Amino acid sequence: MSETPAIAAEGLVRNYGKTKALTGFDLAVPPGTVYGLLGPNGAGKTTAVRVFATLLRPDGGRAQVLGYDVATQAGEVRRRIGLTGQYAALDEYLTGRANLVMIGQLSRLTPGAARRRADEMLERFDLTEAATRAVKTYSGGMRRRLDLAASLIGYPSVLFLDEPTTGLDPNARAKTWDIVRGLAAEGTTLLLTTQYLEEADQLAERVAVIDGGRVIAEGTPDQLKASVGGAHLDVVLAAGSDLEAAIVAIKPYATGSVQPDDAGLRLSVPVAASEGLTTLVVRALDVAGVRVNDVTIQRASLDDVFLALTGHPSSEDDDTEGSDAA
Amino acid sequence: MSAITADLVPQQDVTYGRSPAVHFVTDVWVLTKRSLARIRREPETLADVTIQPVLFILMFAYVFGGAIGLPGHGSYHEYLIGGMLGMGLAQTAPGVATALVTDMSTGVIDRFRSLPMSRWAVLVARSFSELMTQLIATAVVVCVGLAIGWRVHTNAPDVIAALALALLFGYAFTWAGVCLGMTLRSPEAAQQTGFLIFLPLTFISSAFVPTQGMPGWLQPVAEWNPMSALAAACRHLFGNPNPAASIHAWPMQHPELAVVCWAVGMLVVFAPLAVHLYRRKALG
Repeated sequence: MSETPAIAAEGLVRNYGKTKALTGFDLAVPPGTVYGLLGPNGAGKTTAVRVFATLLRPDGGRAQVLGYDVATQAGEVRRRIGLTGQYAALDEYLTGRANLVMIGQLSRLTPGAARRRADEMLERFDLTEAATRAVKTYSGGMRRRLDLAASLIGYPSVLFLDEPTTGLDPNARAKTWDIVRGLAAEGTTLLLTTQYLEEADQLAERVAVIDGGRVIAEGTPDQLKASVGGAHLDVVLAAGSDLEAAIVAIKPYATGSVQPDDAGLRLSVPVAASEGLTTLVVRALDVAGVRVNDVTIQRASLDDVFLALTGHPSSEDDDTEGSDAA
Repeated sequence: MSAITADLVPQQDVTYGRSPAVHFVTDVWVLTKRSLARIRREPETLADVTIQPVLFILMFAYVFGGAIGLPGHGSYHEYLIGGMLGMGLAQTAPGVATALVTDMSTGVIDRFRSLPMSRWAVLVARSFSELMTQLIATAVVVCVGLAIGWRVHTNAPDVIAALALALLFGYAFTWAGVCLGMTLRSPEAAQQTGFLIFLPLTFISSAFVPTQGMPGWLQPVAEWNPMSALAAACRHLFGNPNPAASIHAWPMQHPELAVVCWAVGMLVVFAPLAVHLYRRKALG
């Protein structure tokens, strides 16, 4: 982690009139990572992405992409980034292919290279058949795929995905996730904003939780989950007569009191989640001669993290229309 | 170049290193083609600059025309076309505003701004594609004019000068439309506001009727309206009836010069203003 971050921010401040969108936003994304910005509507996610993508000037603080300052070296930044916003930013009246060729040429590819790259992207995103149709005939999922393709035309090293699956059906969402994983495997640095906890959990190696225009927690999804309440160990016994022995065997791993249920067959105990915990518990129970039917560890979800950190639940069901920038 | 990541793009495929002027021209060309492609795919988008002038010409020539008396008893059909040219051109301004507002609201402009392309190519390309639309509108007016009996009584250089003046004026006026697009939020608002500005601009002028028939307080407004200057200049250069020649107001005495002044004035004011508004709007 000693290398220069691919995306970095120090004390970013940005206001829209009286609205404080960013209030001292810090971030460091290592190269080649999928990094999630998680937060409710209005938390400042989109504003942060717009600053990194050189679309907004920060009122204070500094932001760098691949070591280039977004305010003073915007040209260098733009050569190396791709941006996919909340809305598919495409020309409705052009064909899918014409859109990609246009973006390619505007990304400074030669006309020949732009055409080759466009065909390559159409193939990759399963749009070859629709390539000669106007974009306005495309479904929502196809538009997002074309939009993603457009943001990749110029061979970006850093890709910004602003709520890439908002408004998509589960099928299209799963497809987008596959694409993101594929890009990550190729080594592209991805910064992804999402309101969906599940999405951050599925895709991101590291997550920053955003609230009120700044980062309130940062880490891997597992670290974040471990930071709130750890996990729960549930043991289901084969015979009630083993209850005492089971409690003694589990005790060393518990971080609170052991609670048997009324029938004396199920034990539930808070534990600190750690690697190989299940194995250790099973082994301890075996040594004590306890026969068990089931041992499970329930990790805290990012939902729990969110609630614990912000005091309010994530607004997953909020409207998807509003942008943070408003 | 960057110590952090090797640039991923194959070097033979990129045009980095060429001069900014070459990049600017390329970007304007690519974006102009984009706007024109839409016209090719959906020619009905041209309805407001083709069908509408035809309707106006026919209505004024055959419905109102009989009731409009020209000082000096010229042919109203010949009088009308000089005014219709200006109207056909001014009519494209709401369209350019609408197109830009649409690009803003759909995120297309954001995408362009995240690319390593020339900043102002978006606006310049839009003004060029609008010029193409205006050429088409001009051709329509000329053809319909010829069909209803409008004739030119001068020579080719004068006619070319008249059409060139009209297109110069139209191009400058486009930048007013660009500014309008930069100040409005929705395509619908652009359409309506454009219409509200455009309607009095064309009607309180000598485009359709001689200003001599207007109330005294309105006459100076109409005489200094750039649309009147353009109409008078075209009529003068076409050798058509031009009652404005007897009006002492400076633009009516020197209509060609007045049109050039208006066009240059609009370009000097609206083009930098458009760029300023684009910058401000784009950077939030």
